[in-house]
Amino acid sequence: MSELIDTYWLYFLVGQFPSGPLGGLALTLVLAAAGLLLALPLGVLLGLARVSPWRWVRWPVTALVFVVRGTPLLMVVFWAYFFLPSVTGVKTGQFATMLIALVVFDAAYLAEIVRAGIQGLPRGQLECARALGLSYPRAMRCVVLPQALRSMLPSLVNQFVSTIKETSLGYIIGLAEVSFIATQINTQVFTKPAEVFGILGLTYFVLCFGLSRLAYALERRLARRGSTPLRTTTATP
Amino acid sequence: MIELHNVNKWYGSYQALVDVTETIAKGEVVVVCGPSGSGKSTLIRTLNRLEPIQGGRILLDGHNIYGPGIDVNAFRSRIGFVFQQFNLFPHLTVLGNCTLAPIQIGRLPRAEAEQRALALLERVGLAHKAQAWPSELSGGQQQRVAIARALAMQPPLMLFDEPTSALDPEMVSEVLLVMRDLAQAGMTMVCVTHEMGFAREVADRVLFMDEGRVLERATPEAFFGRPQHPRARQFLADIRSPFAHAA
Repeated sequence: MSELIDTYWLYFLVGQFPSGPLGGLALTLVLAAAGLLLALPLGVLLGLARVSPWRWVRWPVTALVFVVRGTPLLMVVFWAYFFLPSVTGVKTGQFATMLIALVVFDAAYLAEIVRAGIQGLPRGQLECARALGLSYPRAMRCVVLPQALRSMLPSLVNQFVSTIKETSLGYIIGLAEVSFIATQINTQVFTKPAEVFGILGLTYFVLCFGLSRLAYALERRLARRGSTPLRTTTATP
Repeated sequence: MIELHNVNKWYGSYQALVDVTETIAKGEVVVVCGPSGSGKSTLIRTLNRLEPIQGGRILLDGHNIYGPGIDVNAFRSRIGFVFQQFNLFPHLTVLGNCTLAPIQIGRLPRAEAEQRALALLERVGLAHKAQAWPSELSGGQQQRVAIARALAMQPPLMLFDEPTSALDPEMVSEVLLVMRDLAQAGMTMVCVTHEMGFAREVADRVLFMDEGRVLERATPEAFFGRPQHPRARQFLADIRSPFAHAA
């Protein structure tokens, strides 16, 4: 076990870097981080479009969300890898392919989380913001989204954790992220699959568990700031 | 200040407002009352376009508020609206609630907006709560903050949609007193309320509604003393305490 780690730890962490392209755990982290950073704003935009009062904004996004939700990520990766170049005529790199697939896939799921977060707020909040004279976009930005994002936090983290795990599908198109590297190591060592894949599993677990704990701490900090939903005594007639 | 001409509104096939024609003068305090489902909340919500209407016109200072080309946000910012459910923004402090519209729409510098908000909070007796979160306040306090927030854009007209109906009984009077002070300061007000004591004391005029129609318009003395319409007489009898004679 220690011999395994001694020999391959650097390869596991960064792939062939610096003599070759960045790979391994570092690539997984870069891919996940870039995926999250791009998918979140896109997801918020798509989520806003999903609750838009204008049909021509709502419908295309709704269609996209349903298509993505009805498709495994693997299919999206294949489309991006094989289908897209045949349309555009340009061969996309493995990293870009995986990133595009992740962003599109996650943004669609995030959109649903954002939609639920917005629709879960009392209707009076938007109405009241509009009654004060705020325009719809401003009411969304100043009143609805800040509250919705807070209540969405647990679901968002869930999706982020999924994103980290989804990067492992890069394996299928030969992207040298940590799962791919692990299979490479396994092929070279040949006799220690349990150890190799045990370490791989542990690596994912530490990442995901760490992110969950971080989010939990953040959630509690936000809750302390008096931002809990208001109690109301009676319902409207 | 406000003129309604033959306003009609339907929810599907149900007609919520039937040919409502009314004029509310500057400085007037009008109380709208009537049984549940009589259309009084619907009426007040049409006055700042929270509800679309299907027929008629509503003029605010001579401008048709449902007309094409009107800046909805600009005219709404000139009308204060107080909701039954307060609707304070829970992610903002009391001060943040009261400065949101002046900063965002009024383009007021933050310091000036805060100064104005503090003056208004003082007026509703809650300046000491400026830094509190809405969830830390009682219902009555929340509603007073909501009134201060509605006043922050210095509107010439205030609309109240059952402002005390969601409150515990011991908190009703603090809100009514703030509303009375506002009325005495000359604010034009339209209040949908079940507080008949408030109507008697503060209103210049009472409108009685049933089934989407304004059935009676009278001074409070006339309305409570000699109600003309049989439905109004019935309503006043119904809201009287069943134990009134026991004492």
